[in-house]
Amino acid sequence: MVMDKKMIVSSSPHIRTIESVQSVMTDVLIALFPVSLMAVLLFGYQALITMALSVVTAMVVEALWLRKRDLYSDGSAAVTGLLFALVLPPAPPWWLIVFGSASAIIIGKQVFGGIGYNIFNPALVGRAVVLVSWGGHMAGNIWSPPQPFAFGTDVSAVTGATALAEPSEAMNYSLTQLFIGTVPGSLGETSALALLIGGLWLLYRGHIDWRIPVGFIGTVFVMGALFDGGFYSTHLATGLFHVLAGGVMIGALYMATDMVSSPVTPRGRLIFGIGCGLITMLIRIWGVLPEGVTYAILLMNAVTPIIDNFTVPRQFGGVKKSA
Amino acid sequence: MAVNEMKLPETVVIPLQQHIGAPCEPLESIEVGSEVKKGQKIAESSGFVSAPIHASVSGKVTAIGPYNHPLGRPVEAITIESDGQDKWDENIKAPESHDNLSPEDLRKLVREAGIVGLGGATFPAHVKLSPPEGKKIDIVVINGAECEPYLTADYRVMLEQAEKIVFGLKIMIKALGAEKGVIGIEDNKAEAIKLMEEAVAEEDSLSVEKLHTKYPQGAEKMLIQVTTGRVVPAGGLPLEVGVVNHNVGTAIAITDAVREGKPLIERVVTVTGAGINNPANLLLRVGTLVSEVVEHCGGLKENTQKLIIGGPMMGLAQPSTDVPVIKGTSGILALTDQDVHLAESSPCIRCAKCVDACPVQLMPTSIAQAAEHDKFDKAEKLHAQDCFECGCCAYVCPSKIPLTQWIRIAKAEIAKAKK
Repeated sequence: MVMDKKMIVSSSPHIRTIESVQSVMTDVLIALFPVSLMAVLLFGYQALITMALSVVTAMVVEALWLRKRDLYSDGSAAVTGLLFALVLPPAPPWWLIVFGSASAIIIGKQVFGGIGYNIFNPALVGRAVVLVSWGGHMAGNIWSPPQPFAFGTDVSAVTGATALAEPSEAMNYSLTQLFIGTVPGSLGETSALALLIGGLWLLYRGHIDWRIPVGFIGTVFVMGALFDGGFYSTHLATGLFHVLAGGVMIGALYMATDMVSSPVTPRGRLIFGIGCGLITMLIRIWGVLPEGVTYAILLMNAVTPIIDNFTVPRQFGGVKKSA
Repeated sequence: MAVNEMKLPETVVIPLQQHIGAPCEPLESIEVGSEVKKGQKIAESSGFVSAPIHASVSGKVTAIGPYNHPLGRPVEAITIESDGQDKWDENIKAPESHDNLSPEDLRKLVREAGIVGLGGATFPAHVKLSPPEGKKIDIVVINGAECEPYLTADYRVMLEQAEKIVFGLKIMIKALGAEKGVIGIEDNKAEAIKLMEEAVAEEDSLSVEKLHTKYPQGAEKMLIQVTTGRVVPAGGLPLEVGVVNHNVGTAIAITDAVREGKPLIERVVTVTGAGINNPANLLLRVGTLVSEVVEHCGGLKENTQKLIIGGPMMGLAQPSTDVPVIKGTSGILALTDQDVHLAESSPCIRCAKCVDACPVQLMPTSIAQAAEHDKFDKAEKLHAQDCFECGCCAYVCPSKIPLTQWIRIAKAEIAKAKK
């Protein structure tokens, strides 16, 4: 008898979005598809192995840590594993991939309490760990030039420097090459085009805020144009070079926009993006390292709570606090 | 769905608290066994912020005592068994002329008719027509934005009773000494916009404002901002920016009171949701039991899991259908297992979708976190009190955190600490 049935009583709202943490993470994986595909097209089977090994390691380590049988679960481990692979050279040794991916999950995320509680971007923590541990595999003249559409070729047979290493190296690559991605570099950082496609998808789905990438990329462009002496033909071209070379695009669209480790306030996100761009360029132009995206984002992650505290939005109808 | 009148209910249960403010007491003449007529006043309160209550059917009082109430706690109520005659109280007749009524007369009339805000907040209407000394109200805003998704009652009355809405608006303007009237309607209701525009075509001081369709467009402060460009200060009332805001249904009730002398004893209610066999917009007597309404609409489907009085975002879940329709009941909603997601919440991933969704620019996740850790001073610093509980934050949360509920707890604790 329907009339006697007791209804469920709970607090409003009574309807909820169908979106879940898992669907958000799956959207991020979809966004990473173009750049992953590009990595395979440019760097062949080794790219595929690197990505697969990293993703599987991340999922297995997380499942073991949480003692859960569900490998995919909320999808966040797969995202971390794939992002970590995308910031590795095309063909690193297998143990470096496994160690770094496991570090990303354990040191980057689980020791803080798991998803939602990590202070730093887990994938970049993994990268920082392998960078300081085995620098010889991560920096220097280790970079393989891409071999487009040569799936079976061992790309690690030839290596060299990236465009960011020396001004003389930079001149070897045109802005068009940098945009399409046919330059040496990390698996997922070379193709600005593929990164932009995925980034637009995330924007469309409402998972990232334009303020972080615009703040980040804008600052890199302006500082590159103003302070790097126009070494890459003109000042404007130098600004563009800094945007397209190295990890700025993947960092600005996928790493800095990591929900957990970036601010939640609109103003805070803009400040965060600008801060990332600023530190990246300080390292690139005046620092000893050729590239600074990883450390820039990790440093800004550390100050995210402070940024949030100082950028609480004024509530509707609120008055400016007078001193 | 055109508005239909439901068959006369067999019994009505009329709670003595149907408005914000002092509850009513039964009149001395009303006791178990009393014969009452439709429209007869049966309860009132001497408080200014209150509204008297009238019998909605003719018949016999069979009980006076606590009865289930949509707010969740039993409230004193007068039960009337209908005699099936539906006879009006003889004292109710149309005033001879309403043209020479003074603002004070109008306020009295509105109060005596027991009119409250029909959008759902049930604030006594005469109070909102009585600006405090020294406050000049120049604009009256009429809410035609439909307060919540699923509900279509306001839309239907705009289509069917546009003339009455305009008349009611003019009465409000007169009572307040205001200059302009604006009717705000969401742009997905083109037909209502057209009809209302025609209805105000002859009036220079009245206009219709087309609004972007977006919940919570019908929330008072949002509506005032989009129709007048004025921002009601945080913690303040609309009258502080010279605006008073009423629902379309309230305007109609005022028209009926002023032109025909009728008290508020019925209202249009949207009965809908996937769990209702025959959804409808019904003109219902105040006090009609939801069980009778549901039966009239073909009953509930087997997989109904939630019964809500009001809308899906701010409405109140009821344990059963044994609860009366009151003046503020805008909707009766039956949700099925398809709509009800009782997912367990997972940790906040700081996606900030709640921050972006909040119409009053709060940080729901931070307030909820503060409340979860009993840090109510922090919740207060984050302006928890400015939340009007629209539910957008909890709706968008991918982690399914009951954010609105946490903020409600924070608000209650902050209010307690202030006492």
